[in-house]
Amino acid sequence: MTLTDTALRSGRGTGRRGLARDVGIVLARELRPLRHDPFSVIFGMVQPLVFLALFGPLLAGTLGDRAAGTLGHDGVWQWFVPAVLVMTTLFGTSATGSNLLFEFQTGAHERMLVTPLSRPSLLIGRALKEMVPLAGQALIIVVVMLPFGFRLHPPGALLGLALLAFFGVGLGALSYALAIAVRRQEWMFWAVQQTVIFPLMLLSGMLLPLESGPDWMRVVARLNPLSYLVAAERDLFAGRLDSTAVLWGWVAALVTVVCGVAVGVRAMVRSAD
Amino acid sequence: MIHTTALTKEFVVGRQQTVRAVRGIGLHVDPGELVAVLGPNGAGKTTTMRMLTTLITPTSGTATVAGHDVVREPDQVRRRIGYVGQGNGAGHAHRVRDELVTQGAIHGLNRRAARRRADELLDTLGLTDLATRRVADLSGGQRRRLDVALGLVHRPPLLFLDEPTTGLDPQHRANLWDHVRRLRAAHDVTVVLTTHYLDEADAMAERVVIVDHGEIVADDSAAALKAKLAGDRIVLTVGVTASTGTDGAAGLARLAARLPGARDVVRQGDRVEAYVGNGPAALPELLRAAATAGIRVATACLYRPTLDDVFLALTGRSLREEGGVPTEAARTEVVA
Repeated sequence: MTLTDTALRSGRGTGRRGLARDVGIVLARELRPLRHDPFSVIFGMVQPLVFLALFGPLLAGTLGDRAAGTLGHDGVWQWFVPAVLVMTTLFGTSATGSNLLFEFQTGAHERMLVTPLSRPSLLIGRALKEMVPLAGQALIIVVVMLPFGFRLHPPGALLGLALLAFFGVGLGALSYALAIAVRRQEWMFWAVQQTVIFPLMLLSGMLLPLESGPDWMRVVARLNPLSYLVAAERDLFAGRLDSTAVLWGWVAALVTVVCGVAVGVRAMVRSAD
Repeated sequence: MIHTTALTKEFVVGRQQTVRAVRGIGLHVDPGELVAVLGPNGAGKTTTMRMLTTLITPTSGTATVAGHDVVREPDQVRRRIGYVGQGNGAGHAHRVRDELVTQGAIHGLNRRAARRRADELLDTLGLTDLATRRVADLSGGQRRRLDVALGLVHRPPLLFLDEPTTGLDPQHRANLWDHVRRLRAAHDVTVVLTTHYLDEADAMAERVVIVDHGEIVADDSAAALKAKLAGDRIVLTVGVTASTGTDGAAGLARLAARLPGARDVVRQGDRVEAYVGNGPAALPELLRAAATAGIRVATACLYRPTLDDVFLALTGRSLREEGGVPTEAARTEVVA
């Protein structure tokens, strides 16, 4: 009794709370159910591998002789593996809002709102939760692809994952804002998410090189932040840490994070109305 | 503990349509009080509670909760209040004990202290056996107790309970109130609650605040409200004989009118009805007087008022009959 009393008082007395600490609490809370339910994680980790195994050969086959020219000289896997990681991040973090939607209905989110947790931490912690399985996925993909000629550049790969996590926070926050905006019509969440995600993905040169598409597509792609992210990931995974594409990738991620968190926090503060 | 002045909340529901959910609430709650807020659906109870717990910002007016302004220092308020909303505070995918430990961490407890506090609360609320269960697998009553536990983790001096017993069976309701009562006895917690169950408010609260159309229409102890606004009602019938018919009733009505605090005496055939100041004392007195006067009383009933009678006296509507309560749209005035 006295122990908790003292601890409570000291906790109350600290005044300023670190954002990092709050993010850590939200992240740990989000991860706990995964620990109890490892199958869902394992299942999720295998999915990108299936995609890689089925789509990769088709891609190389379709491009045929032009493969080396369009995909660069690093080979199809060097082109495709980073893209699959971006894709997993895209799908994972853009779905964070749906988890929130559920906690919105049950009241768990409301309970968190009536605590001193900083508002951005509720967004950031949830988005980062998607990045933990992703790191595992990346490791599995890399290990599996090594025998097929994929070359690993550890510093580049780590920076690539960091960039993805950063971008994922922004996207997760936007997904969160979407969930709040459509909370009275749940089905809208998936409708909007899919409507936005697929064009973004195809217009980023993630799955198929845009070089083979019409001019207008290449123009639109230049306005798509995801294009810069994909290009940056490809350079990072190839070990080109100081390329311009990497710099633009960070800029695109930064813009996404700033917009995402601003919109997300605004939505959250008004969410109870 | 709580001071509000002219607190209002308007919701924009459509183009140029605003619903005034709360229209100028001035509420003052002292430390240690247990206050029940009553009112029909849509009266503004929950909206008021959501403003006091920093979930929504007031349109106008001020509210100081646990010593801090809800708009300027929401974090300070959040540190000092426990909140049990209408939904389930615990995430359905989570384990019971995990959620309590997380809540402790949120409120600044270190890992060890958070675990200890979680175990304490599991014990207090009879949840120890369910510690490792998934929240989704709990029964409604168990989940509700967990909600209350979550609200208590940081030993808040002020606890808000928004319809804490809705959907619980009578045994669990009684259990929950037992916990709240013990908590108050042990820690002197101030409690503000809303409830649909009038008997609960009657039994639990020392003070009842009745809200209707976004305004406080009455604020006093349940006993005082009942005495002031509803009063005890006595209903008697006289024995009818061939010679006197129902004449006895007229005499009885005259006697009833002389009782202390008597009003609205109505005679109808062999039946006499009256409101009196103190029913339990008035009824035997009347029976003695009737016996002396030779009036044979056949039946005598005493009706003590409920909070519903109070609400009826205040608004002309009953809280109980759901059908009689106007719909949300009709109740909340729509202003352009």
